[in-house]
Amino acid sequence: MADGAGKVEIACTVNGERRRFRAYPMARLLDVLREDLRLTGTKEGCGEGECGACTVWIDGEIVNSCLVPVLQVEGSQITTIEGIASGDQLHAVQEAFISCGGAQCGICTPGMVMAAVNLLERTPHPSEAEIRAWLAGNLCRCTGYMKILEAVVRACQAKGVRR
Amino acid sequence: MGAQTEKRLVGRPVPRKEGRDKVTGQARYVDDLVFPGMLHGATVRSPAARGRIHAIQFGEGIPWDEFTIVTAKDIPGENGVALLVPDQPCLADSVVNHPEEPIVLLAHPDNYLLEEARRAVRIEVEPLPAVFTIEDSESKKEVIWGEDNVFKSYLVEKGNVDEVCAHADFIVEGEYRTGAQEQLYIENNGMIAVADPLKGVTVWGSLQCPYYVHKALMTLFGLPAEKIRVIQAETGGGFGGKEEYPSIIAGHAALLAWKSGKPVKIVYDRAEDMAATTKRHPSRTRHRTAVSKDGRLLGMEIDFVIDGGAYTTLSPVVLSRGTIHAAGPYFCPNVRIRSRAVATNAPPHGAFRGFGAPQSIFALERHMDRVARAVGLSPEEFRRRNFIQPGQATATGQVIREDVNMNHLLDRGLELSGYHEKTERFARENPGQQRKKGIGFASFMHGAGFTGSGEEHLASVVEVEATPQGRVRVLAASTEIGQGTNTVFSQIAAEALGLEYDRIEISKPDTAKVPNSGPTVASRTCMVVGKLVESATLGLKQTLIGSGLLQEGFSSAEFERACKRYIETQGPLRARSQYQPPPGIHWDDVRYQGDAYGTYAWAVYVAEVTVDMVTFETEVNDFVAVQEVGKVIHPVLAAGQIEGGVAQAIGYALYENVVWNEGRMLNSQMTNYLMPTAVDVPRIRVFFEELHYPYGPAGAKGIGELPMDGTAPAIVNAIENATGVSLHQIPVTPESLMEALAPLEQAGARG
Repeated sequence: MADGAGKVEIACTVNGERRRFRAYPMARLLDVLREDLRLTGTKEGCGEGECGACTVWIDGEIVNSCLVPVLQVEGSQITTIEGIASGDQLHAVQEAFISCGGAQCGICTPGMVMAAVNLLERTPHPSEAEIRAWLAGNLCRCTGYMKILEAVVRACQAKGVRR
Repeated sequence: MGAQTEKRLVGRPVPRKEGRDKVTGQARYVDDLVFPGMLHGATVRSPAARGRIHAIQFGEGIPWDEFTIVTAKDIPGENGVALLVPDQPCLADSVVNHPEEPIVLLAHPDNYLLEEARRAVRIEVEPLPAVFTIEDSESKKEVIWGEDNVFKSYLVEKGNVDEVCAHADFIVEGEYRTGAQEQLYIENNGMIAVADPLKGVTVWGSLQCPYYVHKALMTLFGLPAEKIRVIQAETGGGFGGKEEYPSIIAGHAALLAWKSGKPVKIVYDRAEDMAATTKRHPSRTRHRTAVSKDGRLLGMEIDFVIDGGAYTTLSPVVLSRGTIHAAGPYFCPNVRIRSRAVATNAPPHGAFRGFGAPQSIFALERHMDRVARAVGLSPEEFRRRNFIQPGQATATGQVIREDVNMNHLLDRGLELSGYHEKTERFARENPGQQRKKGIGFASFMHGAGFTGSGEEHLASVVEVEATPQGRVRVLAASTEIGQGTNTVFSQIAAEALGLEYDRIEISKPDTAKVPNSGPTVASRTCMVVGKLVESATLGLKQTLIGSGLLQEGFSSAEFERACKRYIETQGPLRARSQYQPPPGIHWDDVRYQGDAYGTYAWAVYVAEVTVDMVTFETEVNDFVAVQEVGKVIHPVLAAGQIEGGVAQAIGYALYENVVWNEGRMLNSQMTNYLMPTAVDVPRIRVFFEELHYPYGPAGAKGIGELPMDGTAPAIVNAIENATGVSLHQIPVTPESLMEALAPLEQAGARG
């Protein structure tokens, strides 16, 4: 398996950068991102699409990257947590997660931020019920979700939500 | 004075130290680390609950010569996981005592081939009779551990229970059970090891207690302390689940690294983590309570049993905390608590937030509601007549010296939750409704720090060190696992110096560099270790003042100059502090009497629920958590601890059901073991009462475990209020509620 037999060439855009690499077609996007592209901000929590720690965007849609065979991302635009801040300038959601205490152990945080930013790009001023429903696919064991909900609300109020 | 006020850091929500790394995905957890030439490791586990290992077969079609294979015979030192009692092997040798017990370790560069290989190893076990329940273990129909299946037992006695029970106006009995609960940190357990016979063993991993792992590796390899090094990677949650098991994984990774000569990474997937590692102990509690006509507790007889699984691990100390908390925040002149941790052929149960107290407090706070009803008082009034007061003694004879005011906490909790209005309204509106509302509460306390003389034995040490640039570095083995260690220690140190928060750095826990400040457990990090951070920092300041380089009321610039001058002329500028018990604390380990904890946090939690009488689902609609925890160092982090603990305990009460089959967890997936999501938790409203605790840093007490204790009984009391059915067991799943309600419904239909 080490000789690369069976691998196919994939071309896609990751965080705005064009990437071309060889991978097994059924390799999980999660593993390709973490191991081949060394983008380790995307985390694995359960490997079966329940916890959302591996949330990334494909063409602007949030997905669990543990459930996506890499073959499916040919020609797509992928965004990971590493692509959310603009250089040193954090996204309003990231700032709000820090100031509101939305990140504790931090392992669900990248996925949670990816889901929250995606929500605000669609719905700039969601209700609490909308935020809860949108984030229900991202599990957090530390916060009890209160500070995460607060962070999303604060990010809506902050200027420059839309990058 | 203006500058001084601005510099006050305790009580302010400063930004989390490592917050930026966490929100940008830059924080490095163990699975994010890659070493050159690294192999992946996997564990072959016991297919049987109990038996003799007959043979290990390596199946065909796998290039076994490419693999590093480790069994018990490859262990250089002792084959035991060093903790309390050396009964648990690191790798099972001739016998297995629980499903998933590790037997063979494999390593290979290719993770996919490794998994195929793991499946190709067949362990042949000749089965032996096994024990799976507390009752079967107690009956000794099969003795699987020691002479009587009992890891540990305690007896706490005060007054004469038998005498009062013979003459009391009321005797109320009850039996209560709690299920196992998985910690379910979102980051699974993992470890990377580098090892060679000359340099020794170094591990990086997800862990709570670096020096526990250090001790375990010394024993396993027979190496001296300086040849073992343990470094914590960023850790994605622990909740007790990374207190003891990391010692086993570190041992496994290190054995593979030792034999292969290459770095080895073992990271569990979710199913392996859930099935093989520790969970909260299942429990059974029996109460027999004597009460006077006017509703005063006369006697409490409590029998508390926890299922320890196959090996001793931490069960004796979990049992101890559960035992001491079993009689709760009440005064009762006559108490007898008997408790036992018993053996079953399940993977060992272990540390999980609350550590025995959530089990015994669930039983107590359900029972108190039932006793109240039996004597004709409201749950509120009955508790008010029995709350412990300053000057009174607990079951272990600990005289309460703090200004505890449980009545005040109860007043606040009931008022903030609208308890009285809602109790009346729900009683009026529920009849005929499909969705019935209920409200209930629990009152409780949680002892902070190690039990009894535990802190004295630990004798924890913290060091602080100043740089020539006037930065101050805290060196401690206490780990950041999400709860805020880095932030709170920085606040405490900065406050002690009267300098900026950003001036403080927290050294990464690394046993080659930091002293042993004890394990990160038992709600002790802020209160006990934080106090050492404070005193060491004050010591550093005194050194500068004593050397004449600095005067009280100094500025940042003066501090920097003094540090630079001191280091240039006298060498390293360091100070250390070692634990000293607060004055007047006495504990008798033999009689189990005395000051069980230096102090307690006190709380009243109120839950409001809706129960659907068709689907039998329970939803929590409102939650009020009122607690007295000493000075709150960081209001956002502290509220985060309470909210997170309440959410975890909502899962404990309603959703989290470990399904067992002959000692094996059947639902070891997030798909079928359900934890609360963002739509399952209500607004959790957190309120603090802050009474300065003189022996904590800036007046703080412990906080982390408290919210796990009272949430489940408050919810189940609310379910009884809604439905009229008295439930004795958690989790209250829709299935269990349906069964409990069926007889009532039939009676209702007939009537």
